[in-house]
Amino acid sequence: MAKVTIDGKELEVPDGITVLQACELAGKEIPRFCYHERLSVAGNCRMCLVEVSPGPPKPAASCALPVGDGMKVKTSSPMVKKAREGVMEFLLINHPLDCPICDQGGECDLQDQSMAYGVGESRFRENKRAVPDKNIGPLVKTQMTRCIQCTRCVRFITEVAGVEELGATGRGENMEITTYVEKALSSELSANIVDLCPVGALTSKPYAFNARPWELSRTESVDAMDAIGSNIRIDSRGREVMRVLPLQNDEINEEWISDKTRYACDGLRRQRLDTPYVRRAGKLEPASWDEAFAAIKQRVNVIDGKKIAAIAGDQADCESMVALKDLMIKLGSTNIDCRQDGALIDTKSRSGYIFNTTIAGIEESDVCLLIGTNPRLEAPVLNSRLRKSWMTTGLKVGMIGMGYDLTYPYEQLGAGPQTLQEINQGKNSFRKYLDNAEKPMLVLGQGALVREDAFAVLHLAREIADQTGMVTENWNGFNVLHTAAARVGGLDVGFVPSNPNMSVSDVVAGAEMVYLLAADEISMGQLSSSFVIYQGHHGDAGAHVADVILPGAAYTEKSATFVNTEGRVQRGTKAVFPPGNAREDWTIIRALSDHLGHCLSYDSVGALRERMIEINDIFSMPNQIIPSRWGSFGADTGVSAKPFLNPIVNFYMTDPISRASETMANCTRDILGTEDKTGTDG
Amino acid sequence: MNISYQPEIFEFNTEQCLKVKKILACYPQDRKASAVLPLLDLAQRQSGGWLPRAAMDHVAEILEMAKIRVYEVATFYTMFNLEPVGEHVVQICTTTPCELRGAGSIMKTVREEIGVGPGETSKDGKFTLLEVECLGACVNAPMMQIGDYYYEDLDEISTRKILQAFRRGETPDPGPQNGRKGSEPVEGLTTLTHLTRG
Repeated sequence: MAKVTIDGKELEVPDGITVLQACELAGKEIPRFCYHERLSVAGNCRMCLVEVSPGPPKPAASCALPVGDGMKVKTSSPMVKKAREGVMEFLLINHPLDCPICDQGGECDLQDQSMAYGVGESRFRENKRAVPDKNIGPLVKTQMTRCIQCTRCVRFITEVAGVEELGATGRGENMEITTYVEKALSSELSANIVDLCPVGALTSKPYAFNARPWELSRTESVDAMDAIGSNIRIDSRGREVMRVLPLQNDEINEEWISDKTRYACDGLRRQRLDTPYVRRAGKLEPASWDEAFAAIKQRVNVIDGKKIAAIAGDQADCESMVALKDLMIKLGSTNIDCRQDGALIDTKSRSGYIFNTTIAGIEESDVCLLIGTNPRLEAPVLNSRLRKSWMTTGLKVGMIGMGYDLTYPYEQLGAGPQTLQEINQGKNSFRKYLDNAEKPMLVLGQGALVREDAFAVLHLAREIADQTGMVTENWNGFNVLHTAAARVGGLDVGFVPSNPNMSVSDVVAGAEMVYLLAADEISMGQLSSSFVIYQGHHGDAGAHVADVILPGAAYTEKSATFVNTEGRVQRGTKAVFPPGNAREDWTIIRALSDHLGHCLSYDSVGALRERMIEINDIFSMPNQIIPSRWGSFGADTGVSAKPFLNPIVNFYMTDPISRASETMANCTRDILGTEDKTGTDG
Repeated sequence: MNISYQPEIFEFNTEQCLKVKKILACYPQDRKASAVLPLLDLAQRQSGGWLPRAAMDHVAEILEMAKIRVYEVATFYTMFNLEPVGEHVVQICTTTPCELRGAGSIMKTVREEIGVGPGETSKDGKFTLLEVECLGACVNAPMMQIGDYYYEDLDEISTRKILQAFRRGETPDPGPQNGRKGSEPVEGLTTLTHLTRG
């Protein structure tokens, strides 16, 4: 600890922090542009100047100065005030006065700080410099004349995103932030530089000129585009979601979100189901809720309960899954599944299907074995933690499965389960790293579980975890990385068939009626002879084969519970109303149960959540990590030789919302260079 | 960037490859990037005095650096030319000492002699003229640099002579053009006059 005096107030601060951080601990605001807590220190904007003694009699950049014992810091002396005014005047010399047409207006650091620390007048009479705009892809709009060269974007792209594509070329007045050779940034986290940019040089391209910050209502919620459960802020105007921004949560997403989380929201405006539909003479026709329910009732009455199946999709919330499960039980069916991709996951022990290490825990690990997963595409934010761990403590990574540029080096060990067997038997050279590691971890992706021998793979992975000391009293290195926001919640509420060896195709086989709860990614061919009820928010694959469509709500339109891949229960908040006649999902199922004469016992969301807690205690403890007991799971049934295949090929289109999104279609075209069919192709 | 003069590929020739090896040997294996400046210089020499993008990419590959990091270096230093230049690059210093000693008239002379202004290349492709800041030869002002050599203590006549010699394909003797040696006083020694030279 070092003793420092800040503006006459004495306090003890940890050694090794900077003067800027010490000032923050003392509750003093230090203006800054280039400094950012999660990036390396650049020290080039000079806005954070303070007076420090002992030291030379001139202001010092507090962001790059380590605290020393006995330091006296002044943050509001005349010298500091003059220095800030000078820096501000210099920064504004080449900054255009175009705030009225700048998208950053109203949430601009430069605007705010020039109001607070500037002089309000410029003595500069010469021409301002002009810089050509750059095209760095479909997400980030550039207006480089506004750039003040803080290099936050360069540091983020290099350090956090891990794709060295952005740099500062030229020198002095001619310095420019650029990719030099025109190209779209290839990172899945690229749009975070829009948030980082303290001025209007990098703004959001899809959101350009759409709204001013003071017009928007802000709702804190949880993302449903992947299984990480990033904390987000949904900014809406009227009934429309205008944009999605990250919220800080150091345990999950720090302050980053993936480009899909941020930009798929324009898909919420297209292809929406806003009224019930009933198929009459082969054609889907709009209907009233009563007509839709009547059509379902007519069928339910003549079908054996055991011949009904229900599948929950990747963005289904826990409330609606519980309601649907209860309804299915009342109808006499146990054919339910939330693993629409066909994954076989053993639910005997919770520790066998969650990310036990936790996302923040990755930073403590020293050796990591990735099995059948590509975290860069399946969970970009989690991948940035792996990268961070490699950058800071040299995490050693081994990979079994398909190779990919993960933004950090790894050792390719093999392609399929045989390599797992080798590691288990100690025949693979990577085994010694796991054995010698203090906190080893392994990550099983869906690529390792969407296979017939999934239980055997689970068993093998569990044995490796046991043998290499991955599970101790305060460390659990066994992890499953999910790709679907609904998955862990579905497993927690028991939305799985009674026979654990049944996969989704077994569940729907022979079913005369299939209830799809926002499930669009199962192969629809197998449903051709069934009566299909589709409840969801987008006219995607499921709606096309449906006989009755019940319009539900997207994740931004309901107050709903999701459990992320760590097993953390989080509650999303309703930001806008669902369109037209669409309703929150659990209320639809509740109303349907009434129509079918199997009325569910709860009629408020509170009562439903009581029921959830009754099913699984975990729902009474939101936002927390509840360590799971290390139980037994998997089965020693022998593995096949088939290599692990990664589930996600096109990161930008994985669900009905992103498939309907124009922005995501642009990303697919401009970044991946492929023309995937969008949801709007009919 | 897709400008027609950019070659598709670049590779060091055999002779340069040996030099590359020698340069790389000066740095530890995991600090290869330190060799970026000498390698870019070699690449520029091989490419006729300028640095094509393909050459920067090739250097990045050899040094296992991200391409953008090499672009940053190459654009930072004014000694790297990122567009084709003439056979001889003429850099005239116009910083204060040279300016006081008549850099203006040297510039005028050169412009007349090669027919183009700063930043341009003469029609015959022989000369590219650049106006530069101090090259550190102030005691011999005014001066210009052609290729790797300094021509100092210039006046209009000597400047013309030098350029004409280059045009004929000769390389005139570099250094002061007014007869003095190095930066000795113009009018003979003023101190240590009793010592014999040795």
